[in-house]
Amino acid sequence: MRDNMDDLKDKNALDAASPAANADTAGPSQNEPQYSLNDDRRVKVLSPGAMVAKRFFRNGVAVFGMVVLIFMFVFSFIGGIISPYAQDEKFFTTEYQLKEYAGVSRNEEFRFAAADGQDFGGAVQAKVILAVSQNASSFQYRDATYTVTEEGRNFYSVSLGDTVIGIAFKDIVSMSTEGAAVSFDFRFNALKAYTNDESSFQADGKTYHLDSDGVMSEGGSEVGFISQYVVQSVMPDVFLTRDFKEKVVEAVESGTSEFIYTSEEGEHEYVISYDPAAKVWSVRQETETYVFDTYSSPSKKHWLGTDKNGMDMLTRLMYGGRVSLVIGFIVVAISAFLGVIMGGISGYFGGWVDNLIMRIVDVFYCIPSTPILIILGSTMDAMRVDPTIRMLYLMLILGFLGWAGIARLVRGQILSLREQEFMTATEACGISVSRRIFRHLIPNVIPQLIVTCTMSLGSTILTEATLSFLGLGVKFPFASWGNIINDVNNTHVLTTYWFIWIPAGVLLLLTVLAFNLVGDGLRDAFDPKMKR
Amino acid sequence: MPKYILKRVLQSILILFLVGLIIYGLLRCLPTSYIENMARQLSTQPGSKSFEEWMAQLEGAYGLDKGIVAGYFGWLKNAVTLNFGDSWVWTMPVLEKFQKTIGISFVMGAISFVLELIIAIPLGIIAATRQYSRTDYTISVVALAGISLPTFFFASLLKLVFSVKLGWFDLYGLTGRNFEQLSQWGQFWDMAEHLVMPVLTLTVLSIGGLMRYTRTNMLEVLNADYIRTARAKGLSERKVIYHHAFRNTLIPIVTLVGGSLPGLFSGALITETLFGIPGIGYASYHSMVGGDIPFSMFYLIFLSVLTLAGNLLSDLLYAVVDPRVRIA
Repeated sequence: MRDNMDDLKDKNALDAASPAANADTAGPSQNEPQYSLNDDRRVKVLSPGAMVAKRFFRNGVAVFGMVVLIFMFVFSFIGGIISPYAQDEKFFTTEYQLKEYAGVSRNEEFRFAAADGQDFGGAVQAKVILAVSQNASSFQYRDATYTVTEEGRNFYSVSLGDTVIGIAFKDIVSMSTEGAAVSFDFRFNALKAYTNDESSFQADGKTYHLDSDGVMSEGGSEVGFISQYVVQSVMPDVFLTRDFKEKVVEAVESGTSEFIYTSEEGEHEYVISYDPAAKVWSVRQETETYVFDTYSSPSKKHWLGTDKNGMDMLTRLMYGGRVSLVIGFIVVAISAFLGVIMGGISGYFGGWVDNLIMRIVDVFYCIPSTPILIILGSTMDAMRVDPTIRMLYLMLILGFLGWAGIARLVRGQILSLREQEFMTATEACGISVSRRIFRHLIPNVIPQLIVTCTMSLGSTILTEATLSFLGLGVKFPFASWGNIINDVNNTHVLTTYWFIWIPAGVLLLLTVLAFNLVGDGLRDAFDPKMKR
Repeated sequence: MPKYILKRVLQSILILFLVGLIIYGLLRCLPTSYIENMARQLSTQPGSKSFEEWMAQLEGAYGLDKGIVAGYFGWLKNAVTLNFGDSWVWTMPVLEKFQKTIGISFVMGAISFVLELIIAIPLGIIAATRQYSRTDYTISVVALAGISLPTFFFASLLKLVFSVKLGWFDLYGLTGRNFEQLSQWGQFWDMAEHLVMPVLTLTVLSIGGLMRYTRTNMLEVLNADYIRTARAKGLSERKVIYHHAFRNTLIPIVTLVGGSLPGLFSGALITETLFGIPGIGYASYHSMVGGDIPFSMFYLIFLSVLTLAGNLLSDLLYAVVDPRVRIA
């Protein structure tokens, strides 16, 4: 591309001054006073800026890019304010989960209890089981004869001589009050009554009433109950009430798999499943759990759903746009600043300064920037740099890696402009050096600079997004379009949750495209050779 | 001409030396490296030496106990004899890993390069000959969209459409599950199938640049006086465009294309990583993230050499193709 901006001013002035070009816009009309043909007032003069704007707005594609950019700015900067949610606000939801609550087993084996002060060891217990299974009423152990008496259904007492030393039973006596001990006398009499279907028994000098469900009561108040089922809580801190246990046993006996029980904590649904191998029924309680509202689908509350942390996607996108745009602008500002200064010095002074700076530019051109950024990113990962400071470093690094191209452009421009007639004229007019540089040289570089900067804004945003996508750029709590898409690395998200990554990608694509379109349009608009 | 080449090569060597120094300094400054992790791991083993002792020993073993400048010259001395040391992450000589991975990267690059040429140049010419028409706008905007597409987003879209929804290709990797059982042809087709999506990604993303370049240069040529002369002679439009204009447009195109030839060896870092293609880009990504200094150093220098070679080649081609250009 040849530089076409050299004679921009002269050309524009010529354009504006030629009556033919503006005949339709400023032709003589009846209301206006008549001027002679060579009168300057006949001609409507447009400033160079206005000419550029006119040409730019005639380019439909560029205007489309402009509109997209304006939308992106409104979306990111104003949208973030309007959005009712904060950038890192987490949302919660209640979810129903089945949690292991209790285990029920039917006691099919003998349990033993020794009488107070008696020795009823494991060997004797084994003998008892043997005797019961053989229907023997006595057995020998270590020169002593023990008598086994059937006291009731599945209830045997073992005596040595006349004294009862222990009992063997299958039904379990549990007390209503937590942690209450069961005395041998109480257990013996209670079981005896229960296994013989009696309605009352006496123990420890008191009379207890026993109903057919095995509930024991004393004077109307309940003290405990007897059942062949063992219901145990899974969690150590939960005490199961008798009422609940009864309900569970009832459900187990009738074979239902679900029941509802209302306790002081509220109504819960319980699911019972039987494990034949362990011969245990496990009771699971359906509980409400308060969890992060992750990957929820788009709804009225969250237009684009929520992400993996339970944050509102649309709000994240707004703040992400803010980060992406701000990083783009700052990076381009840094590289343009460095580039203009270095290129300006190099082009204006020439000689060894020029040579030195151009070799530095060559070196920067040669450094592969993406790998360098990846290395620096993983370093910052290892150092656990704070996300805010990290963002700052990222901008500085990107800006520092990008100035070489701009310096080369500015230098080339200044080199060719220096030799132009208008510069000779400024010298002949005796204008000071600083005024020559800043008033006459730099403004002629500006158009190309603007075009290059617009284009590099797009590519900077793309670079930042790529880095953030790899997890090496902008980091969580901060959102950036790149790190929002990062979630797509999770194949489950890729296949299931389109709303997590497609909107961010589309926004990114549109923004970069818009910057490129506007840059293209500006290039054409600044080009005085353009026919339209 | 030979004098010019010699001058340029010497200049490139100087630049390469400086680039190498910067990269080496940067890599050495990394606070947490592969070695530190290794020392930490070793020092936690029962009855082991302390972390500092391990660190000192390992640094000595890996040649990191010298200063940056001394270390760089040590590296340079070995590098001149093509000894780049052993890769830490891949636990094999750097050059061996390079030889293993460069092939597939080159194949991928070459295929997409050829596709790019076939698609972009004709499109650019069509757009230029019909400037300001609807075709021109469509082609230009699509080309710009290709440039603006983030690699990772396009790759994810391809994966969603072709792997997940249609199930045509695998999500990752270069070979399928039953690769070992396939015949030679089967293995070839299996690999080809796995390369479709990466090559498509590379092609779509690179078409835009070349297409715009072709269009701009073609427009410039079409405005030249000799084209007006050709039209004035009464030549057919076909002949004007394909005989007179296109051949002149070829000058800048050949220069650009020639200059990008060395780039075919550089591998596609992002694309290869996303698709899990074990090429040089994939290998170097994992080396860089893993703090593998020898391999990263080699890869970065390799990239710099390719860039310099590309610049030199493009300048030389310019002189070869365009008889108006004379290199003193």
